[in-house]
Amino acid sequence: MLDRFRVVGQEKKQMIRFSFIFLFTLLLFSSATGQEATLPPSPPTDVIAKDTPNDAGGSITITWKKSPDDIGAVREENKVKGYEILRSTESGGEYEVLGKTTAGAETYFDSHAKNGVLYYYKVRALGMQSFSESLPATPAKAKAQWLDWRRKYTFLLALILALSIVYFINQAKSGKQLFIRKIAGLEAVEEAVGRATEMGRKIFYIPGISDMDSMQTIAAVTILGQVAKKTAEYEAKLEVPTSRSLVMVSCRETIKEAYSNAGRPDLYNEDMVYYLTDDQFGYTAAVDGLFVREKPAAVFLQGQFYAESLILAETGNYVGAIQIAGTAQPAQLPFFVAACDYTLIGEELFAASAYLSRDPKLLGSLKGQDVGKFIFLFFIIVGSLFITFGIYDLSFLFR
Amino acid sequence: METIGIWIAALLTLGIFSFLYKDNPFYKFCESLFVGISAGYWFVTTFWQVFMPKLADNLVAGRLYYIIGGVFGVLMLLRLFPKIGWLSRWSLALVVGTTAGLYFTRYLVSNGMIQVQNTIIPLYVKGNLSQTIGNLVIVIGTFSGLIYFFFSKEHKGAFGGLAKLGIWFLMLSFGASFGYTVMSRMSLLIGRMDFLLGTWLGLIR
Repeated sequence: MLDRFRVVGQEKKQMIRFSFIFLFTLLLFSSATGQEATLPPSPPTDVIAKDTPNDAGGSITITWKKSPDDIGAVREENKVKGYEILRSTESGGEYEVLGKTTAGAETYFDSHAKNGVLYYYKVRALGMQSFSESLPATPAKAKAQWLDWRRKYTFLLALILALSIVYFINQAKSGKQLFIRKIAGLEAVEEAVGRATEMGRKIFYIPGISDMDSMQTIAAVTILGQVAKKTAEYEAKLEVPTSRSLVMVSCRETIKEAYSNAGRPDLYNEDMVYYLTDDQFGYTAAVDGLFVREKPAAVFLQGQFYAESLILAETGNYVGAIQIAGTAQPAQLPFFVAACDYTLIGEELFAASAYLSRDPKLLGSLKGQDVGKFIFLFFIIVGSLFITFGIYDLSFLFR
Repeated sequence: METIGIWIAALLTLGIFSFLYKDNPFYKFCESLFVGISAGYWFVTTFWQVFMPKLADNLVAGRLYYIIGGVFGVLMLLRLFPKIGWLSRWSLALVVGTTAGLYFTRYLVSNGMIQVQNTIIPLYVKGNLSQTIGNLVIVIGTFSGLIYFFFSKEHKGAFGGLAKLGIWFLMLSFGASFGYTVMSRMSLLIGRMDFLLGTWLGLIR
């Protein structure tokens, strides 16, 4: 009986010992697992720093191969949550944090680099609780480039256009007749000026509401020169209310020159051109009032217009003036088409001065632009056919 | 004070609207007030937003090269003196020349190259009829529209037919744009009516 009790006691002791060993092993295992959770992610590799190409300097591009513990990693415990880019001006010196990227990134642009300064870079992979750093990259300096090679096709096209324009200008200067198709709106300029002369009423020329930094205003002022030449020849009364002081000055110069060229400088008067206000609707209200009170025989609305286009065109129509409008503003063209007798649509506005003056420089420029349009037409058709039949994508030529 | 402001705004609005009937002294008063105040307002705005920050402040901060812009500005004022007024043409020439030069490549890219790039698209998209039709409209519309703006050839025969198709595309787009803009102008009118009938007269809430 006693032996039996002794055996049972030994079994209990063995059980207790075994339990202790099991618990201790379990504890060791769990602490080992916990230690693995705090392990840093693997560092990024192949860090390369080099001057950013095709820029005006001040930038270095840093690239790297992402850590194996980045997106798609098998181990979730030490997954990369982002990268920090470190920079130093000395090899082995202290590195400062330059910026951060998200996980999965492999590029960073240091846009705060000074030209000519040697910079050292490292990339730090950030884990959940810890991080690891790459080896330093070969140092790099930022510098400005003379040419942006990404724009090579733009340059090529600009060069072709410029050479075409020069070629056609020379052709026109040498006396060759350059053909330009009829533009209905411009054929009516003489009719409008003649009508105003016969009726003894004024001609109003509205050069839009933009300043001289708009190509449309420049085109409008150039057309004004041709219209003014006609009014000088016909001795018609011209009036130009403007909404910009610089446009007023330009219009005065243009009209003065046109009247001189027409042999009638005596008819020129500075008060033909005057400034009203820069305010869009203040200007519109004033011009509307002028239309209604002066009842002009002809109104020219040429240049850059916005919401005032219909108000002006409708008032001109209401007073019975013959109206010739022209703008390259797609949103305003419908109003001019609806309310005016003739409308120069977009490109026709820029072609108008060449058409009216037959000046070799302007004619050559217009013909040169047609070369550009021909190139565009060619690539639209060929490019679309190529991409349809899966031959080649030519759109990269126009990026 | 606010009530006085509302009354002035309402009466001036009615004054401008009276032009719809015919030109009248009330409209003339509103027009002159509008032009005068806005011209004065723009002068002050230009002084504080252009002259001071872009010239005066830079000169005070020691950036003396800004004097170049200032000199060109002064040249413009020389028009007041007939004998040396021709000097103002230098400023004008600088503005016009710089604008033309700067916009050459900008317009070439935005109005030309990007348009062509976006028009180089497949004419047939397998299994997608609506996209095929859409792509065809874009390519044919752009192509024929460009033909219309080709000035070196008379619009006759097949070329003339394509140009006519181009102008049809343009007119259709103008029609759509017209309707869209008219609707947005209606909302402006509604805003003004809301002010007159609601804020001023209190007839609607």
